[in-house]
Amino acid sequence: MLVEIIIKIVIILAVLTFVLSFGGFLTWVERKQSAVMQDRIGANRASILGLRLFGLFHIVSDGIKMFTKEEFIPRTDHSKLFLIAPFIAWFFALMAFTVIPFSNTFQIAGYELSLQIANPEIGILFAFAMMGMAIYGVVLGGWASNNNYALLGAMRAAAQTISYEVALAAAAVGPLLVYQTLNMQEMVQWQGRLWDGWLPLWGIVVQPMAFLLFITAGAAETKRVPFDLPEGESEIIGFNLEYSSMRFGAFMFTDFIEKILVSCLAVAVFLGGWQVPLLTPEGFVLRGETLLTLTPLVVWLVQAAAFFLKVCVVVYVLMLVRWTLPRFRYDQLMNFGWKIMLPLAFANIIVTGLVMIVLKG
Amino acid sequence: MGNITVKKIDTERPMTFLERIYIWEILRGLWITNRHFVVNMFFHVLNLFGIRTRRKGAVTIQYPEKHRGWHRRLRTSHYLTKREDGSPRCVGCMMCETVCPANCIYIVAREHPDPNVEKQAFKFTIDMGKCVYCGFCVEVCPEDAIRMDSGNLDISSYTREDMVYHIERLLDRDHDPADYKDHEKWMKEVP
Repeated sequence: MLVEIIIKIVIILAVLTFVLSFGGFLTWVERKQSAVMQDRIGANRASILGLRLFGLFHIVSDGIKMFTKEEFIPRTDHSKLFLIAPFIAWFFALMAFTVIPFSNTFQIAGYELSLQIANPEIGILFAFAMMGMAIYGVVLGGWASNNNYALLGAMRAAAQTISYEVALAAAAVGPLLVYQTLNMQEMVQWQGRLWDGWLPLWGIVVQPMAFLLFITAGAAETKRVPFDLPEGESEIIGFNLEYSSMRFGAFMFTDFIEKILVSCLAVAVFLGGWQVPLLTPEGFVLRGETLLTLTPLVVWLVQAAAFFLKVCVVVYVLMLVRWTLPRFRYDQLMNFGWKIMLPLAFANIIVTGLVMIVLKG
Repeated sequence: MGNITVKKIDTERPMTFLERIYIWEILRGLWITNRHFVVNMFFHVLNLFGIRTRRKGAVTIQYPEKHRGWHRRLRTSHYLTKREDGSPRCVGCMMCETVCPANCIYIVAREHPDPNVEKQAFKFTIDMGKCVYCGFCVEVCPEDAIRMDSGNLDISSYTREDMVYHIERLLDRDHDPADYKDHEKWMKEVP
């Protein structure tokens, strides 16, 4: 029992470290990727002893800047709420990582190890619930700011998140019908199947429409451009208007964490999770012929690396979208969510259901 | 009364089907930005490994180290010219102080030791925070004593007092870039 608790604590710390450091790294990636896309160089001035390392030290310098800046707390009746609101958003964003299956299970000395904190039967619903809860941080922050503009920003965030939450969940129902499970690990295992012995039956193959809807709704859910009306840093001012110092940093960092979360969910549900095409526990196998024999540990490591690589690709695509598209107008946003996304998601559910009935006979 | 006919030009092109469904246009946009990323990254990586290419990964000029160069006729910060013996050429005629539209020049003149020269500038102060760079002082100077081609435009300071240039600073050319006139060289170094 004690050993299991220690193992769980180690896994929790590993996942937490991975998410937080990857989130910090993404602040640099976002600046650099946008710079290269726009024929610029990007942040490259922060240096330690003349060593610049492509501006990687900007992560550190930004952190120091955030922590040492003056903190402004508006005069309000809800100053306690104001103080904890960023960390509510942060907490729920991190909580959702509990069910993400970062790797396959691995048997060692009678213990089942897997880079997944918990594997409940309702896995994906838990993730959706936590994503939905994250809006509380934003709304409370906007409300407690005692500022009309912050409140309006928070209301925009609430309306948008709730609208797209519906489309997000409806988009995920298609794959759920196909996999017949809510358990994240079982979903990934289902996606290890091959069609005709070579084509991996990932979620994107069996549910391409749902994947598109999921990524779009996910971007809207996490308030990314082109759906960044709640924040609108450049002209309309958003819910974090009154925040400064590290509390603002917490809100900003939550955005990056949620971006990783959406990428992880998209990878786990649609891009085969830790599955590598043709990779079985014995090695690479094509139509019964073994192409390359690998030990179970190597297979496990390759699968974990594959998950990370897929997350990186999805994050790249999300950032590409963020630096390509202009922002939606508010009515366009609502029209798009309720009149296009949701009907398409429902149509996808109906078609998937019909096909499932026909296939099952 | 005849009717006035107005020719109406419809400049709005109706959207094609692909434009209306939106997703195809998004993919085209993503293709363009992604192409920029990949091509720029390719050249960045080549340059990182020391391979010189004519095309660079970015159009950025890293300013304090590299410089775009200025046009020959650009008015940059002032300096005072000197005689052969090193004394200021200025004779304290007050022409520039009078013509200055921003009232940023203050001159105190004194007797010149050479009896052939009437006066010389004892104090010559320009408040760079007030100067509007009109160049009238240069135009009006009868002695070619003040010029505005030092090539120095990095005029900034933390206090207003530091923005006031006294005669020592104006005579001292060490502050200005040495090759300020080498226009061709500056332009060639564009990365």
